[in-house]
Amino acid sequence: MSEPKRDRPWIMRTYAGHSTAKASNELYRTNLAKGQTGLSVAFDLPTQTGYDSDHPLARGEVGKVGVPVCHLGDMRTLFDGLPLERMNTSMTINATAPWLLALYVALAEERGENVAELRGTTQNDLVKEYLSRGTYVFAPGPSLKLTTDVVAFTVEKVPSWNPTNVCSYHLQEAGATPVQELAYALSTAIALLDATRTRVSPEIFPEVVGRISFFVNAGIRFVEELCKMRAFTELWERICRDRYGVTDEKLSRFRYGVQVNSLGLTEPQPENNIVRIVLEMLAVTLSKDARARAVQLPAWNEALGLPRPWDQQWSLRAQQILAFETDLLEHADLFTGSVVVEREVKALIDAAWAEVEEIERRGGVIQAVETGYLKQRLVESNAARLARIERGEQIVVGVNKYQESEPSPLVENLDEAILTVDASVEAEQIAGLNAWRQARDAGKVEASLRALKDAASKGDNVMPASIAAAHAGVTTGEWAAALREVFGEYRAPTGVAGATMPSGASDVERVATLRQTLDGLQTRLGRRPKMLVGKPGLDGHSNGAEQIAIKARDVGFDVVYEGIRVTPEQLVASALEEGVHLVGLSILSGSHLVLALDVLERMKEAGLSDVPVVVGGIIPEADAKRLLTAGVARVYTPKDFELSRIMEDLVALVAERDAA
Amino acid sequence: MPPEPTADALVELARGVRARDKASISRALNLVEDRRTSARSSVGTLLGALRDDAPRGTRVGLTGPPGVGKSSLAAALAREIRRTGRSVGIVAIDPSSVRSGGSLLGDRARMGFDPTDTSLFVRSLATGGEAGGLSWSTPAAVHVLAAAYDVVLVETTGVGQTETDVRHVADTVVLVIQPGSGDVLQFLKAGVMEIPDVIAVNKADHEALARRALADLRGALHSLSVVGVGRELPLVATSASTNLGVDALVAAIDTHREALAPTLAAHRAEGEAAWTTHLFVRLHGEHGVATLGGRAELARHVRDALATDAAPLAVAALSARYLAALSN
Ligand SMILES: Nc1nc2c(ncn2[C@@H]2O[C@H](COP(=O)(O)OP(=O)(O)O)[C@@H](O)[C@H]2O)c(=O)[nH]1
Ligand SMILES: [Mg+2]
Repeated sequence: MSEPKRDRPWIMRTYAGHSTAKASNELYRTNLAKGQTGLSVAFDLPTQTGYDSDHPLARGEVGKVGVPVCHLGDMRTLFDGLPLERMNTSMTINATAPWLLALYVALAEERGENVAELRGTTQNDLVKEYLSRGTYVFAPGPSLKLTTDVVAFTVEKVPSWNPTNVCSYHLQEAGATPVQELAYALSTAIALLDATRTRVSPEIFPEVVGRISFFVNAGIRFVEELCKMRAFTELWERICRDRYGVTDEKLSRFRYGVQVNSLGLTEPQPENNIVRIVLEMLAVTLSKDARARAVQLPAWNEALGLPRPWDQQWSLRAQQILAFETDLLEHADLFTGSVVVEREVKALIDAAWAEVEEIERRGGVIQAVETGYLKQRLVESNAARLARIERGEQIVVGVNKYQESEPSPLVENLDEAILTVDASVEAEQIAGLNAWRQARDAGKVEASLRALKDAASKGDNVMPASIAAAHAGVTTGEWAAALREVFGEYRAPTGVAGATMPSGASDVERVATLRQTLDGLQTRLGRRPKMLVGKPGLDGHSNGAEQIAIKARDVGFDVVYEGIRVTPEQLVASALEEGVHLVGLSILSGSHLVLALDVLERMKEAGLSDVPVVVGGIIPEADAKRLLTAGVARVYTPKDFELSRIMEDLVALVAERDAA
Repeated sequence: MPPEPTADALVELARGVRARDKASISRALNLVEDRRTSARSSVGTLLGALRDDAPRGTRVGLTGPPGVGKSSLAAALAREIRRTGRSVGIVAIDPSSVRSGGSLLGDRARMGFDPTDTSLFVRSLATGGEAGGLSWSTPAAVHVLAAAYDVVLVETTGVGQTETDVRHVADTVVLVIQPGSGDVLQFLKAGVMEIPDVIAVNKADHEALARRALADLRGALHSLSVVGVGRELPLVATSASTNLGVDALVAAIDTHREALAPTLAAHRAEGEAAWTTHLFVRLHGEHGVATLGGRAELARHVRDALATDAAPLAVAALSARYLAALSN
């Protein structure tokens, strides 16, 4: 028998980057040596939100969830020894995407590499930032303008670059149903193309359509997810054809990369996660007709903390086994003609299309972000999902069922089963930044920033001015500050005030008891127990905080919701002015120690040491102990999935304080 | 439970409020929100101590339908007023859930104020089941903040009768609407809403939009002149997003307030009386009114009560009279 012809496998990536450009560079080299075929750069939150490492808001966040890149020098170190022309580099970067791309291009230019040859992706999708991830800086209008600047620039100068990766990934993480994921992502792509159409020539526009790619999520219901990918493919073709008149099959193909679901990964019995990850990978690889272009898998221990290289390797190996050991790539599409699959796909298509039209009726996706419509729908879906888990309708093995477990040797030494970022990283990075500032030509910096502001306020494409600024030695913080001056800073609707709790929850009795207790407390305290919920630091993943906030209102708290990106100083000022009985912090970036301790300290200074502070997040055991010792009243981690339980706890805290 | 504060402590607290000490202001606000009978005399002492002081604050009510940008505009106004060197206190009111009694007070976050500014203070209040959209303690909270800050902004929930209620606590009522929203005119026409002192057409993000919005509104108001709205009503186009017209709105508010100055005391007394009556009727219904001898008698009782107590306290005194009358 002759060797069967095999399809080319997808690009295999691991989302990576931490500490410093130097450490990340080493990581990339080892990953490539292990057979990884593309790079996926994770930036730290200050870089993502346009702050230099020494900005007050960056405290505790430098190098935590990704690599800090403050200037061209950091970019040089990050890609040291890696020829850019030969890389396929995916950058998870949004508000500051024009800038990071400018640094990448500037680096290629100074190395004498051919810019037109660069391949890779800038995520550059702000809609999902407002809805889920929270690293936006500017209002939707200017954001869309900056996004299309990158599109217009790359189509002309870096033709193989994917200028924007429309993300439905984060929508699912925020609780979106498959229908919502389909509809919101496609509506985002529509807004983007509509805006770009007016900025490029009609001849080139079909190419622009062809460069739009997507970043999709795959959850554990893998049959439904498989159908979702097929629905995406059909709907995208329909949109390209009917809305943009693009029928060339190559240009209207739904090109997508995937990171499979992190939301469903569990903290209890974390070894089970590798099984979930593999099943989720099937959804995006089994259909030849709707197969992912690039896949990156989370690590089994993500719900515990930052994964180590070994954890990431395990996920990469899973991909390699599927692609190279199994016979998957030898076959044509497995589902063509499947009655079940075709019926499911059609149902998804019809429902998603109805929602696309609803958004259109509301004036498009930007309008639906600004009015809070989309956010509110997501908060509601997520509340419904959590309620299903809480009442056991949605089974999560190890969490709400089959909780008993033998001791796991993998997490015997829990605090060594994750990566910790050395605290000295921040100081080291700042020292490098200061040296960089010293060494550059201040006049050139000034002039290039002026040119940048000028381009931005005139409505010109900011890319040329940004590349010039990169060469001049401008820093990430300076670039963003210049544009903040021009465009202002935005705070997106939180979606919590209008969101309603799912009805028919099985915890009605518990909620009723809680309401009674709170009514009783109100009588005793003279006013209704009031709680502050906020996210200090730069981490924008607000799903947890939102769910706590709406649940707390549902049981009868007055809730002051501060939302994302508040400084400890702001939080404490709010706690003081609002006269709250309780403060709840949510921190997922790994900066919980620095930030929570800072809040506690300031609470003390403000005379609020008798107000209990609780913290939720991905918090390793040892850190939880430290927080509790320092005076935090309670620590919650992903294993505390029962919101009613948390509420009972919080009510008890307020009652205790009153009794004290 | 902490013991009730002594009279001295309350006088000290009032001093802290006037000195703009945030911790004192916060405690004073907690106290006036306290609905326990045991807190009443403390509230009375505190408000009395602040009342002596002839509160300086200009009180501005912001009302209008949900979503028109009241919170955003309050933030923009606060910034503009701070820029001119005056201090600002804000009371932002949001509805309580009917089911749970709880609430989500989400606006503060979007205001994005500098936490180190000692001349700016925001307190969010929930309506706590008051149908009118102002909380029970709003007048008292305004009273406290007015003793500390030059300008007090009160943002209502914008539903129900708030447009009318807010007049009882504000010197100047600003109605905020959106360009081209005819429903507000419907309200005016139907007499649901009392006539505001200033109308702001918000979301007029650029000059052209502002001109059109104002022209539309003038036209519409003109057609209403038959129902008495034809008087010179200041109209301002604003944008909380681009800051357009925010300075003009501050000027319009100041002008109105200056014109009101000679009759300000009477205006405020009227407001307190109306608020007290209003709360009494809400608490005890028409039966309460009848028990105290009808509307005219009630008005006399209200005057009496206010002679000794500030608004929320006066209601308590009235309630006591009502209960006494019942048991007679
Ligand atoms: N374009 C524009 N949007 C505004 C303006 N003022 C407020 N908004 C938006 O309108 C929505 C509602 O604003 P908000 O202040 O919460 O309204 P409120 O319910 O009346 O307090 C938010 O999404 C604001 O960003 C404005 O002047 N222009
Ligand atoms: Mg509001």
